Amino acid sequence: MRHRLDLRIGPVTFRIGSDWRAPLAELERLYAPYPEPDGIADFTVRLEAERIWRRWIRPSVGIRGDHNLPDAAPLALRHGLLAAEMAMNLQMALGQRRFLLLHAATVERDGKALLMTGESGAGKSTLAALLGERGWRLMGDEFALVDLDTLALHPFPRMISLKNEAIGLFADAPPERLGPLLQDTPKGRIRHLRPCADAIARMDEPAPPAFILFPRFGRDFERAVRPVGAAEAFVRLTQASTNYIALGERGFEALTGLVAAAPAWGIDYSDTDGALALVEEVSR
Amino acid sequence: MLLDGLTILYHRPSGMTHILVTPAPEILAALGDAPADPEELLRRICERFEIEAEDAAEAVAARLAELEAAGLVRRA
Repeated sequence: MRHRLDLRIGPVTFRIGSDWRAPLAELERLYAPYPEPDGIADFTVRLEAERIWRRWIRPSVGIRGDHNLPDAAPLALRHGLLAAEMAMNLQMALGQRRFLLLHAATVERDGKALLMTGESGAGKSTLAALLGERGWRLMGDEFALVDLDTLALHPFPRMISLKNEAIGLFADAPPERLGPLLQDTPKGRIRHLRPCADAIARMDEPAPPAFILFPRFGRDFERAVRPVGAAEAFVRLTQASTNYIALGERGFEALTGLVAAAPAWGIDYSDTDGALALVEEVSR
Repeated sequence: MLLDGLTILYHRPSGMTHILVTPAPEILAALGDAPADPEELLRRICERFEIEAEDAAEAVAARLAELEAAGLVRRA
């Protein structure tokens, strides 16, 4: 590939190749404070022109790597940063075997990790990002990596992917922590936010899971908290995992261990302040 | 693995996870000692839980059929 960048996020190393300089330059700037990767990359990601001339004419970025989905649609070059994010997610989702991978956000305080998962739009990413600015350590807004032996959660503090209304909540963040505003992407408006310095400095520090939250957002929802039984939490987390089946019995052991160790709650909220108050209530 | 009164089971031969409610785990446990035909199984269950065969027969037969359909019990 013409351009290359190696990144390490927590225990995972990516080698990213690109036909264009621009997406890598943005990634390089946002990931500048991250430690230098060492050793062999876990995953290779390629941002390629769909056709050779598409490098220049209406450039469109195809997402490729060690693991591919046949229907991964290409993105416009001006959305190159999103293409890189999606390509990295795809490699993790399809190829991760060292950890039980949950599509969940994680934050930690006083040595206790809080895992949040829900359907797309439930606000887990936004909640994790807000908590990360308010005394919690952000461990990750997208993937929770469950250690198959110890059940500890390993941080994966990639760039937080803020969507639509959530972007405004971080308008005061220092400009060096923000990516460009990406308009009209397939996921709406997107802006990337670099996690706090603390989240990056401590990205090799796992934490034991202490609570599980299933947030639900709705404009007319009453604020509510309800306990979720371990069996229901188990089923919902199998649905949130990309590699539960591939891991076989080790995945089963890890996930049953996780739900037995960490109590779970469902929370309904209609505004972010209400959600943050519920998180504090549940984690006390 | 028992979670909130539900038994979560990993079936090694198929790699599938099953969630079982009473009396399915008890039926599997009764078969765990040694294989049995339906009559012998019913006898073991009734003895273990001190119930009458005529009260339990229909339920045990139905659950047994479900366990067979799920691949957790098979005919010898």
